[in-house]
Amino acid sequence: MNRYPWWTYTILAIALLVGLVFTVPNFFGEAPAVQVSSGKATLKLDSSMAQRVEQVLTSSGLKADFVQFEVNTVKARFPDTDMQIKAKDALTKALDPDENDPSYIVALNLVSRSPRWLTAMHALPMYLGLDLRGGVYFLMQVDMKSALTKKAESLAGDIRTSLRDKNLRHAGVTRDNASIGIRFRDRETLNAAHSLLADQLPDVQWTDLPEGTDFKLAGELKPEAARRVQETAIKQNITTLHNRVNELGVSEPVIQQQGLDRVVVQLPGVQDTAKAKDIIGRTATLEVRMVDESAEAGAAAAGTGPVPFGAERYTERGSRPLIVKRQVVLTGENLTDAQTGFDSQTHEPTVNLTLDAKGSRIFKDVTRENIGKRMAILLFEKGKGEVVTAPVIRSEIGGGRVQISGSMTTVEAADTALLLRSGSLAAPMEIIEERTIGPSLGADNIAKGFNSVIYGFAAIAVFMCIYYLLFGAFSTLSLAFNLLLLVAVLSMLQATLTLPGMAAIALTLGMAIDANVLINERVREELRGGASPQAAIHTGYERAFATILDSNVTTLIAGVALLAFGSGPVKGFAVVHCLGILTSMFSAVVFSRGLVNFWYGRQKKLKSVSIGQVWKPQADLPAKP
Amino acid sequence: MEFFRIRRDIPFMRHALVLNIISLLTFVAAVFFLATRGLHLSIEFTGGTVIEVAYAQAADINRVRSTVEGLQLGDVQVQTFGSARDVLIRLPVRGDVKKDDLVTGVFTQLCKSENGVVGAQQTLSAKGETVTHQVCRAGSQEPVILQRSEFVGPQVGKELAQDGAKALAFVIAGIMLYLAFRFEWKFSIAAIVANLHDVIIILGFFAFFQWEFSLTVLAAVLAVLGYSVNESVVIFDRIREAFRRYRKMDTRQVIDHAITSTMSRTIITHGCTQMMVLSMLVFGGPTLHYFAVALTIGILFGIYSSVFVAAAIAMWLGVKREDLTRTTPGKGIDPDDPNAGAVV
Repeated sequence: MNRYPWWTYTILAIALLVGLVFTVPNFFGEAPAVQVSSGKATLKLDSSMAQRVEQVLTSSGLKADFVQFEVNTVKARFPDTDMQIKAKDALTKALDPDENDPSYIVALNLVSRSPRWLTAMHALPMYLGLDLRGGVYFLMQVDMKSALTKKAESLAGDIRTSLRDKNLRHAGVTRDNASIGIRFRDRETLNAAHSLLADQLPDVQWTDLPEGTDFKLAGELKPEAARRVQETAIKQNITTLHNRVNELGVSEPVIQQQGLDRVVVQLPGVQDTAKAKDIIGRTATLEVRMVDESAEAGAAAAGTGPVPFGAERYTERGSRPLIVKRQVVLTGENLTDAQTGFDSQTHEPTVNLTLDAKGSRIFKDVTRENIGKRMAILLFEKGKGEVVTAPVIRSEIGGGRVQISGSMTTVEAADTALLLRSGSLAAPMEIIEERTIGPSLGADNIAKGFNSVIYGFAAIAVFMCIYYLLFGAFSTLSLAFNLLLLVAVLSMLQATLTLPGMAAIALTLGMAIDANVLINERVREELRGGASPQAAIHTGYERAFATILDSNVTTLIAGVALLAFGSGPVKGFAVVHCLGILTSMFSAVVFSRGLVNFWYGRQKKLKSVSIGQVWKPQADLPAKP
Repeated sequence: MEFFRIRRDIPFMRHALVLNIISLLTFVAAVFFLATRGLHLSIEFTGGTVIEVAYAQAADINRVRSTVEGLQLGDVQVQTFGSARDVLIRLPVRGDVKKDDLVTGVFTQLCKSENGVVGAQQTLSAKGETVTHQVCRAGSQEPVILQRSEFVGPQVGKELAQDGAKALAFVIAGIMLYLAFRFEWKFSIAAIVANLHDVIIILGFFAFFQWEFSLTVLAAVLAVLGYSVNESVVIFDRIREAFRRYRKMDTRQVIDHAITSTMSRTIITHGCTQMMVLSMLVFGGPTLHYFAVALTIGILFGIYSSVFVAAAIAMWLGVKREDLTRTTPGKGIDPDDPNAGAVV
């Protein structure tokens, strides 16, 4: 009755093996490396880059342990820091001839020393949090002027529309930085326009500015409106940063506002500035504009004529030039989401955009008026714009759901969607301060966390072995198995380990022993009640299981709540806690039973089990009153 | 080895009233201290700046305090952190001063009071990057080292407090629902009251001693909530089983029996968990100190409240055999039982 079929043992053996494989990389330490990543959102690295890096290294007489292409980065590992720095200089010189416009980011990094076959299996060490290994800290300045300029630009568009709707003729709407000027031919129109605009756009302060013979109305955002624009801009930037950092898998990031126009970003586990810059430096703004399709524009695109007035020249991703009108139809502000999908009829990959209410209203008008024409979606990075995609408008699009389709591969569609999503920053940002937090404090914390776990574990192990003898040894082994599985799962998920996380490991182990205590006590109780050893083991495990399940579910509820509502260090704690509960269920019930079955299961005439002394009340006394 | 050799069920419930009054008094005291003293919230909740410096020799806290207070930065707290050489300085939120200026200002003053001069030093980190940081030099010595500095804006703190409250509400609702579904509503109320009583008492301790209440402590409090409910669950499981098995016992006897038979497990389990927590308390350093303290209080009161408060409340609420056996009619009835059909 206490035998496991062979496949249960197989599952346990596989779990043990997988646990070992994924735990082992944590013990190899790290080696210096140089990392090359893309410096531009529209430039993607592929595996040919690895060969190029290798060539550069060979030509400068450097020998890397290996050069490896990962998603969007190429990493080269070196035996010592001296060679690492030489390699960095060589690569920077070779790959970024123009210092002011680098296409690639070359940075120093650390990579795991674990053997390549482990890395190839994605058996990677855990990330260590800011408190354990230091991390990268950024202070970013939000370009508020450009947020205001952009607001003014879109206001100018609104003004044109409202004036046209009311049939008020104007002699031109101009925008100079954050102020707007409207010229009129006569006084009456100006007055009519003034009252109309004051009514429709309460955020703008209008003043009469006679300019020679012309009548001019000058508009400036009211201070409180400007402040509101800035506040929403920074809030949206923070949200966007959060989403992108999350999307790129950096756990426990800290993204906070500092002062009026600054954002702090802390990325624990990220040691090099390149990866962090890769994540944050791609902050970009998005604009939707119409493509200028006039004959002059065609000539300008071909390079035979000047760029027409009110238009600008940009390159499409394939470096094809495109002449785009200056007027901004929509900004990233109006784009709430961009996802990939498939066309229901043609089954081609598509990019699906979702616009907010204002965006969809504008988009509806623009598409109605421009069927058959092209519009361009531009991405601005560090002041330089590039066309992400320039689709043809096929029909009027209402409701704010836009589908871009046609001759894209799935990968291209995904890239475009990511670029568009990344574009929903309300204002561009620039890193003005960056700092790496030294690992010396972290090393100290690692030792503290490690010691807590080890000594706590040892204390429990000693006690269990003394109190429950062989069963205690089984319990200790299953607790060790639990620790192994937990570390393996955390490594598999590439979770960030923080000091609270290590505390959670310790606490989880302390709590997990509960299941074994419950089982052992039950088995003793069955023995006390006079059951045969085999039957006692069987019923002991059986009866204890319901209790173990109940108690773990309640603990899990608390863990999930922490996971859902916690932030920063609490989240790290919660992840470990929740996973630990799950692994402990498996190890305490299945693994320890496996050990017991393996040891005792075969013995048909089992006389006694080694579970410590089982004290029985005197036989003649009833056990219960 | 067997610690617990109990011949008869211990009549715990005979003393339920007295123990509940003690509980109530502790609870009221905790609420009183929470209300009058309040929690000493960490800067994660309140916002502000924290500077950690390490001195070469044991730091003179009073001198550090008077030096920092000389800068007139508002309500400044100075305390040792872990060892006598590490000092933690907390500064309140100041909207107009940039964090770096503040930290530099404080560090310069501290350095000056040690007769040193602040300068920039470039070092090569382990991975070969040049890192510039401030050092304080007095001759060839470094009397004080800037370990780390942190700043938290006030907005973030508010959010954290709200999230904490939400998490607590979620845990309470989740556990109550689960227990109501798995046992009965009387148990779910009893367990939650008992364990909230634990939480309030932990908070009371933190308020009374003015220990720092940080995010990690909050995590510990919620973990304790889950953990000590699990304690109540084990006892409730036994109560249910005893109701089914010993049909002659009345409610009070059933509860006594359930507690007595889980006694050994309760003490051993909590002992083991406490060993782990002690290990954290001893080896975990200052960061984990209050985390471990919160857990210790939680574990001790968790035992007490599960045994005396949860079970007693369930008893006062009037749990009956039918509440727990109703769901499986026929299963618990033994056809040979002479009392079959008789209902208590």
